[in-house]
Amino acid sequence: MLIKNLWSQNARELGTVLGLVGLSLFFWAWSPYFLTISNLLNIAQQTSINAIIAVGLTFVIITAGIDLSVGSIMAFAGVVMASLLQADLPIYLAIIIGLLVGTGSGIVNGLLISYGKLPPFISTLGMMSVARGAALLFTDGRPISGFSSDFRFIATGEIFYIPVPVIIMIVVYLLAHFVLTKTKLGRYTYAIGGNEEASLLSGINVKLMKTIIYGLSGMLSGLAAVLLTSRLNSAQPIAGIMYELDAIAAAVIGGTSLMGGEGKISGTLIGALIMGVLRNGLNLLGVSSFIQQIVIGSVIIVAVLVDMAIKKGKN
Amino acid sequence: MKTILELKNIRKEYPGVVALDDVSLMLKKGEVHILLGENGAGKSTLVKILSGAVKKTNGKIILLNEEIEIKNPKHAFQIGIGIIYQELNLIPHLTVAENIFLGREFSTSSGIIDNQKINSEAQKLLDELKVKINSKSLIKDLGIAQQQMVEVAKALSLNAKILIMDEPTSALTENEIEELFNIIDKLKAQGVSIIYISHRLDELFEIGDTVTILRDGKLIATKVISETTHHELITMMVNRELKDQFPRIKPKIGCELLCVERLTTANRLSNISFTLNAGEILGVYGLLGSGRTELARAIFGVDEILSGNIRINGEFVDIKSPIEAIKYGIALLTEDRKTQGLILELDLQKNVSLASLSEVTTNGILSNNKERNLSEKYILDLNIKTTGSQQKVRNLSGGNQQKVVLSKWLSTKAKIYIFDEPTRGIDVGSKVEIYEIMNRLTDEGAAIIMISSDLPEILGMSDRIMVMHQGKITAKLSGEEATQESIMHYALGEHYAN
Repeated sequence: MLIKNLWSQNARELGTVLGLVGLSLFFWAWSPYFLTISNLLNIAQQTSINAIIAVGLTFVIITAGIDLSVGSIMAFAGVVMASLLQADLPIYLAIIIGLLVGTGSGIVNGLLISYGKLPPFISTLGMMSVARGAALLFTDGRPISGFSSDFRFIATGEIFYIPVPVIIMIVVYLLAHFVLTKTKLGRYTYAIGGNEEASLLSGINVKLMKTIIYGLSGMLSGLAAVLLTSRLNSAQPIAGIMYELDAIAAAVIGGTSLMGGEGKISGTLIGALIMGVLRNGLNLLGVSSFIQQIVIGSVIIVAVLVDMAIKKGKN
Repeated sequence: MKTILELKNIRKEYPGVVALDDVSLMLKKGEVHILLGENGAGKSTLVKILSGAVKKTNGKIILLNEEIEIKNPKHAFQIGIGIIYQELNLIPHLTVAENIFLGREFSTSSGIIDNQKINSEAQKLLDELKVKINSKSLIKDLGIAQQQMVEVAKALSLNAKILIMDEPTSALTENEIEELFNIIDKLKAQGVSIIYISHRLDELFEIGDTVTILRDGKLIATKVISETTHHELITMMVNRELKDQFPRIKPKIGCELLCVERLTTANRLSNISFTLNAGEILGVYGLLGSGRTELARAIFGVDEILSGNIRINGEFVDIKSPIEAIKYGIALLTEDRKTQGLILELDLQKNVSLASLSEVTTNGILSNNKERNLSEKYILDLNIKTTGSQQKVRNLSGGNQQKVVLSKWLSTKAKIYIFDEPTRGIDVGSKVEIYEIMNRLTDEGAAIIMISSDLPEILGMSDRIMVMHQGKITAKLSGEEATQESIMHYALGEHYAN
C-alpha cells in the first residue's frame, strides 16, 4: 500500500531517474570508461551551463510562459563582462555588471509581457534577436579573448576535487529549490501558471511576479555567461545559439508542463543530466554529431509521450 | 397547424443534479414558441439537447412523426435544426459568404474554391431575407444585429426548418430588434418554426405565439400568448414552495461598513448607490446581464470605475486592484470557482493559504506546519470532506471545493464578503452548511453581499434585497416585504404594483 502510494505520487520523478540510470548503465556496458569518477565529473561540468539556464526556464515555464532569449542574453552579458575584464575592472565588479545586464534584459521581457501584454513567445523572440544583435554590435562581431587566471579559475578550478562550475550548479539548484518550495515567489509561480485569473483575484501581484521571474531567467543567463566565458577563455557574440532549446528540453524531460502550473527543480536537474549523459555517452561511443541530434530529439519526444501516458493513467 | 417537433418526457441528469425532469413540448410549423424561465430553469439544457451538444438521459424526440436520436451538432444541422447562440459563432476575419458556407465550400471542376459562386449564393440568401448586407464584407465590420442576420442566413442555407434563438435581442438596440422581428415574421411565413428564449416579457407578447414555462427543470405550463398576462407568467416562473432550508438567524445590525455612491463603470453599471452594515446580508438579485457580477468586480478593484465613490468605515477609498481590496478587508467569492477561485492542480492547503501567505511564513519562509494547521482548522471548522490537507482540490466535490474557496477568504479575516452565487451547483447538504457559515460571519460582525440568481436563497437568507436590471438598481426591498413575484418584476425591468 505504502509502496503503491509512493509510486503513484512520484511515478513521474522515479520514471526520469530510472531513465537516467538506464541510460548510464547502457553506456557503461559499451564503454567501461563511462562510469569513472573523472568522466562523471566531466559530465556534471559539461551539464552545468545548460542546467543553470534550465533553472530560469523552469520558473518561466511553470508560469505557463516561455523564454527564447536566454542564449542571446547569455552572449550579450558575456561580451559586456569580457570587455570590462579586459579594461582591468575588478573581477567581481565585471561579474556583477554581467549579471545585471542579464537581469535587465530579462526584466525588459517581463515588463513587455506583464504591462505590454505581449505573449511571452513574441516578447522573448524579439529579445532573442535584439540581444544577439547588441552582442554583435558591441564587439563588432569579434570574440573577446584572454583573461586572468583568477577569472579562469571559475570554470577550470577545483575545490576538493570538485570542479567549481559543478559547485556553482549545485548551489543554484539548492537555492532555486528553496525559492520554489519555501517562498511566496515560488508559491505564486505555481499559482499563476495554474490559474492566472484566480491568482489575480486572490490578491497576487501577477505583473510584478512575472517581471521578477523573467528577470531571474535573465540573471541565470548572465551566470551561465560567466561560466562559459571563463571556460573558453573567450566571450563570443555568437555563443549560446540554440541553448534555449536545450534548456527547455531539460525542463520538459524533467516533468515541467508547458501548460504551466507543474514542475520541479529536481526534475529539471535530472532532465539536464539526461541530456549531458546522452551527449557524453554518444561521444564515447563515437556516434557522429548528426546522429546525436536525432537521438536527443527522439528522447525529448519519448519523454513527453511517457509523461502524458503516466498522467492519463493517473486520471 | 401541423406539429413539426415533439419532445416527450425529456429527462437530463448530470452527476448529482437533475437538470430536466419530464419535460414535454410541441412545436408547430411556422410558430414562434417561447421558452421562459429563471437562470437554471433548464432552458439551456433543453437547447443543448436539441443541438446535439448533450445527450438526454430519457425521453423521446419526434421530428415529423419519426422518433430520432440527435447524435451531435452536425447531425442537428442535417435534420434541419439551426441554432443561433447568444455568443455568435462567426469567424471575424472571414467574409460573410465564407462564414455562411464554412465547411461546405463550392469548388470548381479543378478543385479550387469557387469564390464567385459562394459570394453569389450567399448574396441570394441575404437578399431573400431582405437585409442590406454585402456577402463580401468581413464579419468584424458588421454590427451585432447584422451578424445575427448572417447566422440566420447560414441556418437557412442549411435548410433549417426549426430555428432556436437564445436571447437574440440581449445585445441589440431598439431599431435592430425591430429589424430582427421583421425577419422572424418572414421566416414564420416561410413555415420555419422558431424556439425563442428571452427574459424580456414585452418582446414575448410582441412576437410569440406560444409560451412554455420551465422552473427548476420541470415543465410548469404551456400557454397561448394571447391568453396570458405578464403577471401570470411571472407567477408561474417563480411560484414555488419555500422549503425550510434557510437557517437565517436574526441579525445584529451594526454600523455602516461599506457605502457605494453613484458608481458607474465602462461595462454596464450606472449610478449604483447602496450601503452595507455590519452583521447584515444584502441580497443582490438580477438576471443574466443585469450587472450583478460586474458590481462585485468593480468593488473588488478588478474592473475600472469611471465615476462615483466607495467608502469603507466612512473613509473614501480608491481600490485599483484586488491586492488593495484585500487590504481593506474585502473578499470576493467568485461566481465560477473552477476558473476564478481555485488553483485546481494545487493541494487543499496551498489553496487555503493563497490569499494570506504572510500568515504562514516565518521570516519570509513558508512554514509547512503553519500552513497545514491553518487548513486543518478549516477542514474541521467547515466540515470539508477530504483525504487530507494534501489532496488536490481538483479531486474534491463541488461543495467541498466551495468550502476551500471560503476558507481562503476566511483566513484573510475579511470584514466585507461578496459572495457571487455561493451555492451554485452544489448539493443541498453543503448549501445549508454554507448558509450556517454566513450566519456565523454576520454574527461576528462581518457583512455579506450575496449575489444570487436563486430566488428562494435570496428570500431565505437576505436581510435586505437589491434588484438589478441592465446595470441599474431597480428596487431595494426589506427581507419582509419582498416576494418572489415582486423581485422578478423588478428584475425584468417592470414596475410592480401590489
